[in-house]
Amino acid sequence: MVDFTQVFDYVLMAMLLAIGVAVIRLKNLFAIVMLTGVYSLLSAAWFVSLDALDVGFTEAAVGAGVSTVLLLAAMLLTARDCDHVGAARHWAALAVTVAAGAALFYALPDMPIYGSGDTPANSGVGMDYMMRTGEELFIPNVVTAVLGSYRGFDTMGEVFVVFAAGVGVALLMGLGGGKRDEEDV
Amino acid sequence: MIEMLGERFTYAVIIILMMVGLYALIATGNLVKRMVGLTIFQTSVFLLYISMGKVFGGAPPILPYYEIKNDSLDPTALYSNPLPHVLILTAIVVGVATLAMGLALVVRIREAYGTIEDDDIAEADYSLELEKGV
Repeated sequence: MVDFTQVFDYVLMAMLLAIGVAVIRLKNLFAIVMLTGVYSLLSAAWFVSLDALDVGFTEAAVGAGVSTVLLLAAMLLTARDCDHVGAARHWAALAVTVAAGAALFYALPDMPIYGSGDTPANSGVGMDYMMRTGEELFIPNVVTAVLGSYRGFDTMGEVFVVFAAGVGVALLMGLGGGKRDEEDV
Repeated sequence: MIEMLGERFTYAVIIILMMVGLYALIATGNLVKRMVGLTIFQTSVFLLYISMGKVFGGAPPILPYYEIKNDSLDPTALYSNPLPHVLILTAIVVGVATLAMGLALVVRIREAYGTIEDDDIAEADYSLELEKGV
């Protein structure tokens, strides 16, 4: 029996694949960057369909929003088009991709059955959080409870990573400008 | 074989999406397009994780507020697994941080070399070394 949301998922899969192929084939960087934003937005829709509401929000705001702005800014500061891909590079990339894909497909039978609740991944610690959040923390959203409370140190580490990246970008781009101002004009 | 693939069709499609991203990453010399390929690869890996936490018939992992308030939580209620969601939330934010870092490097490379095609950059490095007589 196929339920309606599953059909919706198949449509999203087809659109994601089409966008992926279009990104490979296009040469105009503006089109590539905008299609990446569309890819993120479609995957955000799929996240919501997969019951991951928080991830859907984050992907729509951060993946489709901030990433696209960053890529657009980088594109404006660098180039508008990309060069043609040589045959050697195409075949090398295809060989690596096919090898990696074959390895992943070889591992596919070991994956849990899609959507079943009694797999090791779904019956272990994840469901434990589900049971205990209501009794211990009284927070309705379990993802928030795990992120902010049970695994709060991990989230703090994430903040450090973002801070380090911000410092790195600031140092690379030059904080005050200085010498760069002469070159840029 | 067909039954195995039918039960894991979503994973198979996501693996193909990952490989599309990987191809876009390798098969271009343009550094901005390479970051785009990396983003697509990364988003597809997120999809793989989230799809493993999906439970058919399960609700999103948000408990009904009135049940918490009245201490009447239903232990038989079915939810999707919240743990992959937590991991991927962290990964999305870290992914944007690394993307910003990579793009800043690309902009600096453009300032230093005047190009972001890696063949041209390698050539510029080579002629620079020839000039120095290394």
